[in-house]
Parts: sequence; structure tokens; C-alpha cells
Amino acid sequence: MFSTEQSCWFVRKVICWRAVASIAWAVLLLLPITVVFVILSRFSLLHPIQTISECLSFLSCASAIFSLILLCGVIIMVGFLNLEYYTVIPTIACSKIALLGQLLHPRQCVNSLAHCIMGIIVAWCCAVTIGGRYETIGYPCTQGDGTDGSPQMCLNEYHLFLLLAGAFVGFSHSLLGVIYNMNYVSFHTVQQYKYLRFKGSLPLVVKCSAAQALYSVRNYIVVYFFLGYIPKAWICKTLNLHLNSSVHPLDSVAGLLDLSLLYHQWISASFLLFTWHITLLLFRIFVTEVYIFPVQSSFTEDAHQCLPKVLTDKQPMILKFLALQDLALLSQHSPSRRCEVFGLSQPGGHPHNWNAITQECLSLLADLTQRLVAYHDTVSTNGRAKSLSTGSDRKTSSETSITSCPEDLMSPRPTLLMKTPTSVFARSIVGPSQSPLTAPFTPDLDSPFASPALRRLTAPVDQFSPGFGTVQSPHIMRRAPKLWSTPTDSQGNGSPPPSPASVPSPKQETSKPSRLAQFLQNRKEQVKHFLAKRVLIMYLFNKLPEASSQALFADSQAHIWALEGLSYLVQASFSEDQFGVVQTTLPSILGCMLVLQEAVDRHFKLPHASSKPVRSASSMGDSAHKTLRFALRATLKTAIYRITTTFGNHLNAVQMSAEHRKRLQQFLEYKE
Amino acid sequence: MCSLALFPAPLPSGQTTLCESNNELLSATATDHPLNQESCPLGLYFPRESLKLHCRTESSSKAAFLDHSETLWMRSAAAWRDGGFTGLLDEITNSNTEVPKCLSVSSGFTLALLRWFSSFHGSLFPHLTLSSDDMHAEFSQVLNWSDCVVRAFAWHPHADKFAVALLDDSIKIYNPKSATTPTLKHRLQRSVAAVQWKPLCASALAVACQNCLLVWHVDPCSLSTRPSSSCAQVLSHPGHFPVTSIAWSPSGSLLVSASPMDTAMMVWDVASESGVPLQRVGGGGVTFLSWSPDGSHVLASTPSALFRVWETRMWTCERWPCVKGRCQSGCWSPDGSRLLFVVQGETVIYALTFSDATAGVPTCTSKGPQAAAVVADLSETTFNTLDGDIIVGGEIQSLSWDPTGERLAVLLKGDPQAAGRPAIIAVFKTRTNPIFELLPCGFVQGEPGAEPRLMQFHPNFQHGALLTVCWSNGRITHVPFYFLSAGVPHFGFSGSPSLPRPQERPADFASQSLFTELLS
Repeated sequence: MFSTEQSCWFVRKVICWRAVASIAWAVLLLLPITVVFVILSRFSLLHPIQTISECLSFLSCASAIFSLILLCGVIIMVGFLNLEYYTVIPTIACSKIALLGQLLHPRQCVNSLAHCIMGIIVAWCCAVTIGGRYETIGYPCTQGDGTDGSPQMCLNEYHLFLLLAGAFVGFSHSLLGVIYNMNYVSFHTVQQYKYLRFKGSLPLVVKCSAAQALYSVRNYIVVYFFLGYIPKAWICKTLNLHLNSSVHPLDSVAGLLDLSLLYHQWISASFLLFTWHITLLLFRIFVTEVYIFPVQSSFTEDAHQCLPKVLTDKQPMILKFLALQDLALLSQHSPSRRCEVFGLSQPGGHPHNWNAITQECLSLLADLTQRLVAYHDTVSTNGRAKSLSTGSDRKTSSETSITSCPEDLMSPRPTLLMKTPTSVFARSIVGPSQSPLTAPFTPDLDSPFASPALRRLTAPVDQFSPGFGTVQSPHIMRRAPKLWSTPTDSQGNGSPPPSPASVPSPKQETSKPSRLAQFLQNRKEQVKHFLAKRVLIMYLFNKLPEASSQALFADSQAHIWALEGLSYLVQASFSEDQFGVVQTTLPSILGCMLVLQEAVDRHFKLPHASSKPVRSASSMGDSAHKTLRFALRATLKTAIYRITTTFGNHLNAVQMSAEHRKRLQQFLEYKE
Repeated sequence: MCSLALFPAPLPSGQTTLCESNNELLSATATDHPLNQESCPLGLYFPRESLKLHCRTESSSKAAFLDHSETLWMRSAAAWRDGGFTGLLDEITNSNTEVPKCLSVSSGFTLALLRWFSSFHGSLFPHLTLSSDDMHAEFSQVLNWSDCVVRAFAWHPHADKFAVALLDDSIKIYNPKSATTPTLKHRLQRSVAAVQWKPLCASALAVACQNCLLVWHVDPCSLSTRPSSSCAQVLSHPGHFPVTSIAWSPSGSLLVSASPMDTAMMVWDVASESGVPLQRVGGGGVTFLSWSPDGSHVLASTPSALFRVWETRMWTCERWPCVKGRCQSGCWSPDGSRLLFVVQGETVIYALTFSDATAGVPTCTSKGPQAAAVVADLSETTFNTLDGDIIVGGEIQSLSWDPTGERLAVLLKGDPQAAGRPAIIAVFKTRTNPIFELLPCGFVQGEPGAEPRLMQFHPNFQHGALLTVCWSNGRITHVPFYFLSAGVPHFGFSGSPSLPRPQERPADFASQSLFTELLS
């Protein structure tokens, strides 16, 4: 396939190398981190010089080198898992059961298992490093009954305690990774060089590693206190070891009240988490680095690597995001590349670059608008809409999109209809896990108890998006006449208005199965009503406030860049656009932005939409996705103001509907 | 190089400057002055008596209540909450009757060690020992900040409205087109050091406060006179207080804030309330920020004899060590290519020129100039007036350049103790072609006894430049400078539509002839 070949190009040539570079740096940093760990773990206040000489002698012995090699292997593995599991669009669970579904997903189970094993390996290395009583799993001992002097092998519980702690910390790290979206890679608004960014976030990483280690160790001790006898008995049985009855067992209060044990526990957990977090941090920094795509290439074989072409690619998401980031930056900072965007093609004199870029940006924005409108619709009808109608709608829409394909290909902007929701919801590296269409909502949909509102929420999204220029949902047309009163403006492209043939047909079909649907709906309501009385069920299935709003804006970083890119380009066109290519699309850009503005305003009037998320003080999880909707709202307003302040009263000459003009006048008078 | 000796003599006492017209400053006597001020729609007067000041602080209110005995734990917790680690140590040391002796002795020892260490640190950076209010007064752009009725002032960059921060920690927003004047009050809004409107936005106003940064969202269509405190976003970062200076990026996307106590400058993404600290250790803090109008550079001065110029693309900085003192104030030319700054302890204005030739090259930091050039000398000059000798000149408090790049206002500190050495605003004309130079325009004076404290140019005055001055008696006046702008702003070459500024036409002749006359 052509498109996969291209995505391979980017992943192969750029992302993989960036990941390799980040892993290499993490491996290089491992040595100093290990040295610090060795010093801290063996430090004794009374003999500082002796400590240092001991550390030096330890670092030069074979076991240290072997454990260092093992640690390198673990780091490489962690880096590989980062590359495999990262995403630029966070997966947001809308209810507790959805979160549970994420945690129990096979893909996630593999991840957790891998982290457990790596945790054990790291803990073994720590045990070797700390030495002393932790070093081996068995030790020769004589049982206390005195009848025989034959030495036996006894279980060294300290060693086991440390190994299990490693497994526990690894496991909890992987669980917390899901809960806090640790695999989400966010892009920063402030561009900095990699070294400076690393240096800037290093204190935070140290702090949150230490804090998380503390919590993990606390939890682990509680678990071990109650359940510690199980692994102990199992290990004794399989390895044929004995329990030494003369020492305190560790799953007792007296055994756990050992400060040096707790300190070693905590420092090795911190070491483990710190190395992993550093790997993650480096991966994030390297992957989100700006990549400069050429605007146009003089060689046709490089054409698929150029910005206008890359923007329209759907897979991988990281490519689309980096392309949009590059667009936003070039529109702000580099006049020479802007010049290429405004330029005309050499034979023919068409503004292909500009057209392709605006098409893609506008379709992204229109897509978001439709999602918002659909969501608002479902919420305002409180999920009581006919849910089966969506199924038939979906069918018809897919049919129409197929039939409309040839027609669309003839239209001047074929890139537009390539847009499917995949490009919006898809994860960058699609694993076997979730169908990319519904990533934010999947677990809910799979469960039989999902609220119909959610089902309908996802359904419109995938039914409208393919070729939204040609298919209009009937109930959208009905319920939100205000938003769609000006279809050509609102869709922001030159595609033909909905053909009369395709629109009524779903209407007819939806009226048919409605009685059956009503019956099923009623039964389901009854079941739901029954279940809703059970507290646990309620707890699991209640929607988390503002989570659906977050999910709706999960990929809004792309929209933010699209808005910034468009508005800066339009602003620059005021003085730099020599051929007037921007003027032709100015009405549709303004229309698209104003419609989106209206939809966003309406969305923020919903309950929970404008409530601020609680700031998580220190965790490696990136909470940037929780505030994306606020960022989008601010960027949208600024983008419109940027255009209105640049053009001023000249905008009165732009063709647009009366309603949009009224809206724009508000902006011209600074009253928004 | 321009000096004050070329200026026309200050007005005799009782006369106030009204405006500049036909290339000369017009004045009026004090008798017709009030009338004149009444007619001005935005002229405001805040008598000191009208403000209800709260002279108590949190700690002093404690004395008003009866002392009742709390347990040691409660007191320790309260001390930890109020005073942090040192507060806790202090509390333990003081209650030596209740705690074991070894604990109180050790905490006393730790406290002494901490104090010794902080005094060592303070001797390195003396400003760290100042109290929060003193720090505001020291590093503010406002002359004599602590005694000033109007503590901060900001014009909206696009619309005709402005915000005034008063001595009683309230902020009022005046808009000639609307009857309501919203008053902003917030629990955390104390000791306002600076206010600034967000560009490309109608409603957002950033306020630098004692402990945090507030961003108010004041709906321009709302009729409410007291917006609730839920309209304000609170931005805070541990260790980043008191905030003495803020600057919005001209594109409205980022906000930078500075605190003399924090070596990091914070770059905020206000919508998502996330900040990125840009840490540079040298200098011991950041006191004053100014973002160039084209958005490419940020001036950040420190309490030491050092300032930095950040480029905003990749956020790298150039260090500029000064010889004598810290950089007190600075301002950018409208195209962002020239930076004027003044250094504490010196009486000259320096200029730095940045070429933006590297703007197209993405990875390269812009190569700055090698040395600063002196463009004006403001050393003390004696003028003989009817009232006797007046000495003008000396150290400079702040600089302000009008958005067309034609007038530069300089607030001179003067000496409040000595008679005949008033604080005064000197206004220069600037021109960039063929070489950059400052030419004298005149002094701006107010009512007798009123000192200028704060000044700002209107960001888009149609007929020239409009200087807004806040006086020590609580009056705010506006001094228009009517002229035809010769320096056409940078965009708008042939073929593209010109800016919506009707008065604009090539008017070199008007200014040219007059300048030569003055120079000869």
C-alpha cells in the first residue's frame, strides 16, 4: 500500500533513529546514575572514606559489570516498550469500568508482565550492588535443633523481599502508566534545545521518582505483610530451601521495622523508577523535537516527504502532528518558507501548496466542529435519541461515501475525502489493541451497560466524517439549523453541497425500524434502571465528570496547530502574498473558524466542560491533555483576532453570511 | 549624541504641558488647567483620601486576638504552614519548655546555621534580604512605588480602554464607551507591581501580585461592576514570588513573569496554566521584562550588573554584563531591531541593534551586536527659569517608546529631598534614517507639586502619540503629541493594502526641516 509505505518512510528514517538516540543517551547516563546509587546505598555516615573505597572496588569487580550489562539490557527494553506503546493522542477512560478495561487489556497485560520481569532484574542488580545480606538467595545454615551438623541451604528472605519489591514497583509503574497516561507524548509550546529541556525537567524527574518510590514501597510493605508467606513458601518449595527459624521472618511487624531495610528498599525503588523515567523523558524529548519538512521539493521522488503531502497522511499520527507543528512554526518564524507556501507551481501557476495546506487544516477544524455539534446534540437530548438509527445511518453513510467517491475524486481537492476518523482517533503506532476508530471510548462500547449517550457519541463521529461534504446527518440538519445554515461556509471548502438524493434516503430508512428499536430501547432502559440501583455498578459505570469533554478534545493539539498555522499564514499574507492566493480562501477560513468558535462556546456552556482539572503535583504522567480544550479555546479566539486586527475594515469586503458578519463585527470591536 | 542642554527650558511653576502641536509643546497655566482636565474624557483623579487602605498585614492581626494556648503540635503545624521549615524550627526553639532539650537545642543550631548560610547567600545577592514590598519598590518601573496612589497602569493594546491598579490593591477598568467601570478585587491580589492586557484578546488582563500571578477575564460586554474572583486564573510556581514584572508575547500566546527571588524566568501557557521555568543562575533573579514588539526577543534584567536578551524561537539567551549597575529599564523599537536601555547609576541611554537577518535560518540563534552604543546623555543640567535655577537630569527611572517609533519618553528620577531638582519627563524625538539618533522635544510637566510617577504610550493613537502620565497626587493625564508619522511601519510594501491609518502619508518634509532648525 502506498500510504503505509510512506508512513514506513517516516517511522523508519526518523522516529526509529530518534528512539535509538534516546535509548543510547539513557544507556550512557546509566553509568553515572549507577555510581550515585552505589554510593548512596553503601553510604555510612561514620566511615565516609571507607565507603568510597569500597564503592570503587565494587565497581571494578565482575559482578558489577555483569549487573551493569543487565541494566543496559533493561533500559533498552524499556526504551523499546516506550517506542511501542507511546501515543500522541491520550486514551481517556470515560468511566471506571473503561479504566478497568484498559488495565485488563491483553496488550496492557503484556506490558505489565514485561515491567514485572524487568523490575525483578533491576532488583537483582540492586541486591548485588548493595551486597551484604541481600546478595544471594540462599545461604548455608544449620538448623537449630542441634541433632545434625550437616549444613543446609536456607532462604535469604532479604533477597527475596528485594526481588519481589522490584516486581511490585515495576507492576505498579505500569498500572500508574495507564491511569496517568504516561505513554502520552505531549508537545510543548515553548521550544527549547534538547539539552536544556532535559536539564530543566531533571529535578522534577528526581522528585517524582523518589515520591513514587516512597508510595510504592509503602504499598508493597502492606501487601507483603499480609501475603508475603505465599511467595516465600513457593520459593522454598521450588528451590528446596529451608526457612531459618532463628531469624525474624520479614512478614512480621518486628521484621519490617528495620530502618536500613526500608532505606535500601526505597533507594532501590527510586533507582529503578529513575532510570525508567529518564528513559521515558529522553524518549519524549527526542520524539517531539521539531522536524523540518521541505515545503516543496525539486525532485519528484521526494514529493511525498513534502509538507503539503505529509499533512494529509493519516498514519502514523506522529507524522501528522510533527507536520502540523512544523507548519505552525514556519508560519510564525520563517518568511522564506512562508514564501514557498504562497508560491505558485512552476508550470501552470496553481497555488498547490497553499491549497493542500488549507484543505487539510480546514478539514481538521470542520471535523472538530462536527464532533462538538454531535456531542452537544447527544448531551442536550440526554441520550434519549433513537440509538438504533445510528446503525442504519452508518450503513447508509458508508454506502454514500463509497458511491460518492468518484464524484469526489473529480472535485478539485481530493485530499479532503481521504479524511476518515482514523486520522483523528488513530494511535500513532496501532497495536493489536483497540480499533482506532473509537479509541477514547472503546471499553465503554464493548460493555453491554454502556450509556446510550456514549454509544451515540461515537457513532455520529464515524458516520459523519467520511466525506462530510457529501453526507449530512439528518438529525444534525434538524437540530442545529443555526450552525448549518450556511453549509458552504461552514464546511470551509468548495465541495458540493449535500446532494438531495443522498440526504432523504437515511431518513426513510430510520423511520422503518423505529418501533422495534423503541421496544429494545425500553427493555434496555429497564435493565439499566434495575442495575443502576446497585452501588457497585453505579460506581463502575458512572461517567467521570469532564472525562467525555477531555476525550472530545484529546487530539486538539493538532487543531491548535492548524489554527495557529492558518492564522499566522493569513496574517503574513497581508504583506507577503504576492499572487493573492490567500484571498480566495479567506472567506472559508473565517467561516470555518467562526463556526468552530460557536461550537466551542456552546460546548463550554455544558456542565463540567469549563471546570478546571485538579493539578497533579508530581507525576511523570503528562496532564497536558486535560487542559487542551482551554488551550484550544484561547488559540481559536486569538487566531480570529489575529486575522481581524491584521485586516481590519478590509474584512467588510469579504463575502460571508450575515450571521458570520455579525459575529465578526464583535471581534472587530473587541467585544468577544 | 543628544544631551539635555539642547532642550528648551522647563516651564515656569504653575504651567502644565498640554500637548505637542506643530512641533512644539504647548502649555497652559494652572488656572485654566482644571477645566482642561475636565474636558478630557479619560483624565482621572484618585485622591489619596478616597482610597480605603488596609494597613494591617496578616501577622499583625494576630495581636488583636486573645492569646490562647494551643498544643505544641498545633502550633508546629501552624508554623509549618505559615513560615515553612524555618518557621517550624523557630517555633520549636521558642517553646523550649515543652520540648525535650536536645530537640530545641538542635533546632536552634540548625536555625542559626540556616541563617548564617542565607546571610552568606544574601551577601552575594543583597536584594534577597529585602522584604517583599521593598523589593517591589526597588525594582518597579514606577517611581517611588510604595507611596504611589496609582501603582500600575496599562492601556489595552487594541481597544480604547485601560486598567489602573490602585494603592488599595484594587484594579479598575475604564472604557470611555461603556458606563460601567469594573473593579477587580481578589484575595491574592496584593501589592500589584504590574498589569498588562493580553494582545489579540479583548478580555484577559495579567496582574503581577505579591505571591502569584493573576489572569483576569473581564468580559467587555458584561455589566457587572464587581467580577467575581472565579473570573481570575491563579498562576503560581513554588519559589516564584514576588512577581515584579510580566510581559505578554505580542502574539498573545505566552506570558513571561519574573521575580527577583527566583533565578528562573517563567514562561506560561496561560490557557493550560502550565509554566516552563527557564533557569539561568547568574544574576540572582529577574527583575524587569520587556518583549520586543515583533516578538523575537525578550529583555530580562537581573538585580546584578547583568541583563539577558532571550530570543524566543528556541529560548536561548545572550548575556550582557554591565559595568556599573543593573539594567533599570529598557524598551524596544517598534520593529524589534533596536533596544534602548538604562543602567542604574549612570545617566546615559544605551542602544543595542539586533539584525534579524537570521530570521529565516531556523536553528541559528540570532547574532547580536558586539557592544552597546551611547545615544543620549542625560547628566544634570541647570536651567535658569523665572523661579530660579532648576537642575534636571540624573538617573533614569523608566523609558517608554511610542508605537510609531517617533517619540521616546524618559522618566528622570530627580531628587525628592533637594529643592529645584524635580522628577520630570523628558521627551525625545527619534529617527532611524540615515542614522539612529535622538533629538530633543521637550519636558512634560504637571500641576505644581505633582511628580510624574508612571507613564505609558497609547498603543494605537491615530494622530501621533499619546502619553499617559500618572502623577503623585493621584491624577492621570494624557498628553497628545500630534505629528505625522514618517516612519511607515514595516509591513505594507507596494502593492499590498496600507494599514488602516488615514493620516499616514509621506511627510518627511515636515519633520526634516524642523529638525535641521533645531540642530543648527
